[in-house]
Amino acid sequence: MTESRGFVGRRGGGNVHLPPGQYLTRDFPVLSAGPTPHVPLDKWEFTVDDGTTVLRRWSWTSFRECETDSITADLHCVTRWSKLGTSWEGVSLDTLLKGLTSDASFALVRSYGGYTTNVPMKDLRDKQAWIAFRFDGADLAPEHGGPARLLVPHLYLWKSAKWVRGLTLLDHDEPGFWERLGYHNYGDPWQEQRYSGD
Amino acid sequence: MAGAAILGRLSWHVGRVVALRDETATARTITFEVATWPGHVAGQRVDLRVTAADGYSAVREYSIASAPRADGRIEFSIERLPNGEVSPYLTQDLAIGDLVELRGPIGGWFVWHERQAEPIQLVAGGSGIVPLMAMIRSRVATRSAAPFRLLYSVRNPDNVWYRDELQALSADGIGVTFVFTRTSPPTWPRPPGRIDAAALSEASWSSVLSPTCYVCGPTSFVECAAGLLSALGHSPDRIRTERFGPTGDQPRH
Repeated sequence: MTESRGFVGRRGGGNVHLPPGQYLTRDFPVLSAGPTPHVPLDKWEFTVDDGTTVLRRWSWTSFRECETDSITADLHCVTRWSKLGTSWEGVSLDTLLKGLTSDASFALVRSYGGYTTNVPMKDLRDKQAWIAFRFDGADLAPEHGGPARLLVPHLYLWKSAKWVRGLTLLDHDEPGFWERLGYHNYGDPWQEQRYSGD
Repeated sequence: MAGAAILGRLSWHVGRVVALRDETATARTITFEVATWPGHVAGQRVDLRVTAADGYSAVREYSIASAPRADGRIEFSIERLPNGEVSPYLTQDLAIGDLVELRGPIGGWFVWHERQAEPIQLVAGGSGIVPLMAMIRSRVATRSAAPFRLLYSVRNPDNVWYRDELQALSADGIGVTFVFTRTSPPTWPRPPGRIDAAALSEASWSSVLSPTCYVCGPTSFVECAAGLLSALGHSPDRIRTERFGPTGDQPRH
C-alpha cells in the first residue's frame, strides 16, 4: 500500500464488526438509477413466473394476507456504507414459494421501473430473503423501495431490489441491471465482491 | 443499454497530486497524475484510498470531474464535510506531490459517451455538478455537436463550482441556467427558491425532443427534479439519476 502523507484517519470503530472496506452510517442513503416509480396499491402486483408462464400472482390485498416476519438486519451498500440493526416487516420468500416445485437454480428479480437483479435460489430460501413493506415501524417510503422491496441482507444492497414486482425462475444465471454494468455477479460483502472480477 | 462494463479485476493505481484549486470555501479541486490510469467515460467514479503511516486505510467513492484525457491526469472536486473522516484530509491537508491510490473506473449507467448525438439535459444540485461537469468537458473536448443544457441549483452565489468555466460555455453552445435556493445575486430575475416545474421547463429541453436527462445531487433534490421531469413528459427510461446522501444537504463522505 502507498502511504498518504499526513493521513491519520478516525480509528476505533469500537467493537463493531463490519465487512471489509465498509464504514458505519446512521443515515439511510438512497441510491437508484432512475426516477422513483410511484405504484398505487390497487395496481400493485407481485408475480412468480418461469419465463413463459405466471406460476403465482398476488394483489396487494392477497400479499398482505400472507404471514409476516419481523426482521432485524445489517445492511451493506457497495458504495461502502453499512447500517446495522435495521428493523423491517415482510413476507419471507419461503412463505411465497411454499409448495412450488421448480428446478430453477436462479431468479431474476424484476422491479417497477425496469430494474432487474439476479440472485441464486439458494439465497432466497431458508429465511434469508423477504418481500419487505415496512421499515422502522412505518410503511416503506417510495424512495426506499415502497410499497415493497426485496430484502436479501446477506448480499450487497443492490440485490435487495426496490419496487419489486416479481421473480422469474430460471435454470441458468442471467445478469441483472448492475451485474451487466460491471458489478459483481453475486455480491457477498464479507468477500468484498463489489465489482466484476473481485 | 450503453455499457461501459468493467472487465477483469480492477487494480489500485498510485495518483500523485499535481494541482489544487479551491472551488468554494469548503470545496477543493484536486488533480492527480496517474501514470497507469486505464481511462474512463464521463460520469464514472473511482474508489479513492488513503493510507496512514501505520497501514490503517480508508476508502471513499468519488465522481471524476475531468473528461477522459490522454495525459493520465484526472480531477476530482470534493466537498469538505465537518465530521467526515476522509474529505477534511483531502481538502485541507493534501499537498502537491502527496500520494493516494485510485481504483476504477466504476459505473456504466450514469455516463455520457461521445457517440450519443441526442440532446442532453443536465440537472445538478450542489456538489452533484461533478459528474455532469465531466460530461460537459467531454462534450467540449470531443467537439461533439450534441445539444447540451445544464440547470444548476445552488444555495447562494458563493456555492457555484467551476464558475468561470461554466460562464464561458455559452461560446460552445451549451446553455447554463442557475437556480439559487437561498440567496440570489442582486438583480437576479428569479426570487430564491427550490426548482419547480416552471423553472425546469424554461431551462430544459422539451420532452418532445426526447433528450437523455442526467440528474445528480442530494436525494431530496434528485427526487424532486426527476419527479418534475417525469411530470413534464420525459419518459422515466430517459431519466438517469445519481443521488448523494440521505438528506437534503448532506453528501456522502
